Amino acid sequence: MRNVIPTWERSVVGPRSIRGRVAVAGVGETRYYKHGQAPEPEVKLALQAILAACADAGLDPRAIDGFASYSNDRNDPSRLAAALGIPELRFSNMQWGGGGGGGSAAVGNAAAAIAAGYADCVVVFRALAQGQFQRFGAAPPAATASGEAALTFPYGLISPAQRFAMKVMRFLHDHGIGPGAQRAIALASYHHAQNNPRAVMHGRPLTAEGYDESRWIVEPFRLFDCCLENDGAAALLLVSAERARDLRQPPAYLLGVAQGSEYRNAARGHNAPTYASASFTTVAPRLYAMAGVTPGDVAVVQSYENFTGGVLMSLVEHGFLAADEANEFLTLDNLSAPAGRLPLNTSGGNLAECYMHGLELQLEAVRQLRGQSPNPVPGARVAMVISGPMVTPVSSMLLGTEDVL
Amino acid sequence: MSAPAASYLPAGLPRPVPEPDGLDAPYWEGTRRGELRVQRCRACRGWQWGPEWICHRCLAFDLEWTAVEPRGTIYSWERAWHPVHPALRGHGPYVVVLVALAHAGGVRMVGNLLGDPLQAVTIDTPVEAVFEAHDEATPPFTLVHWRRTA
Repeated sequence: MRNVIPTWERSVVGPRSIRGRVAVAGVGETRYYKHGQAPEPEVKLALQAILAACADAGLDPRAIDGFASYSNDRNDPSRLAAALGIPELRFSNMQWGGGGGGGSAAVGNAAAAIAAGYADCVVVFRALAQGQFQRFGAAPPAATASGEAALTFPYGLISPAQRFAMKVMRFLHDHGIGPGAQRAIALASYHHAQNNPRAVMHGRPLTAEGYDESRWIVEPFRLFDCCLENDGAAALLLVSAERARDLRQPPAYLLGVAQGSEYRNAARGHNAPTYASASFTTVAPRLYAMAGVTPGDVAVVQSYENFTGGVLMSLVEHGFLAADEANEFLTLDNLSAPAGRLPLNTSGGNLAECYMHGLELQLEAVRQLRGQSPNPVPGARVAMVISGPMVTPVSSMLLGTEDVL
Repeated sequence: MSAPAASYLPAGLPRPVPEPDGLDAPYWEGTRRGELRVQRCRACRGWQWGPEWICHRCLAFDLEWTAVEPRGTIYSWERAWHPVHPALRGHGPYVVVLVALAHAGGVRMVGNLLGDPLQAVTIDTPVEAVFEAHDEATPPFTLVHWRRTA
């Protein structure tokens, strides 16, 4: 097509980069609950997580002047600002798209607002109380289906697991990947959760035999390939790099964020041209270019597990392994902190810490850079978060310590 | 509301209805006649599926609905075990396939693979469409399933 902008004029390196300009100064969460078991309403959980992030940073909650979230979070920034007595609301932002694809994009949107001068102190948050509202994994109660749903629901292809199993089955086929790859990803999350008192699955270890004996949800996903559904809330507090240096915690600097998806990813009825994909094939190269790092620089990865097969494709698309190496590379040893080749989901993630719609992964990446993780990777200076495989848009981000800048 | 006696899945799943803006109505009308219709651009002759109001190749708002030969190959598949809808409780596993139509630009269609729900399924297997009419439903509709080509 004519009149497209040449690649060299689209470069994101240089002044058009967020690298080093904004930092996460505080992180906080509520207690994590099994779905439907939170004793508090969802908005109260959101407020509690925000106050916890402020306390972590040592910042008065009245300093907040912006909010960013994703996946149609129900807790409106104007209500939160009124509830918290915030003097002036300057930025409120919702990242379009469902699932966890917006988790890193929301951080990027908040950071962009700070870099652009729209706001000074922006909270990124997500709150879920699925007892109060509907669960993700249960079918909508409608008697009819139209549009995209009409092409799939009448055939019993309804839930997220069913939607994404089709992509993963093709990927496994294309690259000759056996069940051990998905199993290792599940085991890594459960392994790390055993050291994390916050984790819903703390004290409930998973063995390879337990995984192999678990029931099929939809082939190629067994029960333990599928994320939990939970109640709770999590929040991150973002400020400029300069301001973060004066606060209580060591800043976790944003090195880069990228969001989006490939050509016609959302073509209806499973017609995306790049079908067997986690949607990062174009996003990941932009992330690395902005951050100025390579996969070999990343010490620890938090990768959103809606389903383990999505993590597998995410890791491939972010250049940590070739798809044809998956059977050998993806082992519990390689994915375990502190000494594995690629420590993965070191808090337990969506499978075993909490399905906080992935935002618990951002908190864990920050804690790794501070040395506060329940499964620390010694000397970690660069941490990645990958948000929402197989949906569109997806997003991913890189954080670094002061000495990476 | 009742499904035909030979329906692959039990009655009670969401019934397909055309979109309120009419975009996909010709597709669903075609299934009632035993036709598998796909969008094709009158300007550039490119195939398009799922339906959209504009041709993604040449940006013409000039798409026709073409009945294509209802044959293809299995592009991907899954066997669903966990019942995610009340109508599926106690039913047992079933197979969903994604079928690529090589003679229609490689567009893909979702359907069920008829036959033993525990059958081994292989990507690239040739299949042909089977139209499953639900004449008693309100409004009536027809689903498009697939079976191995004899």
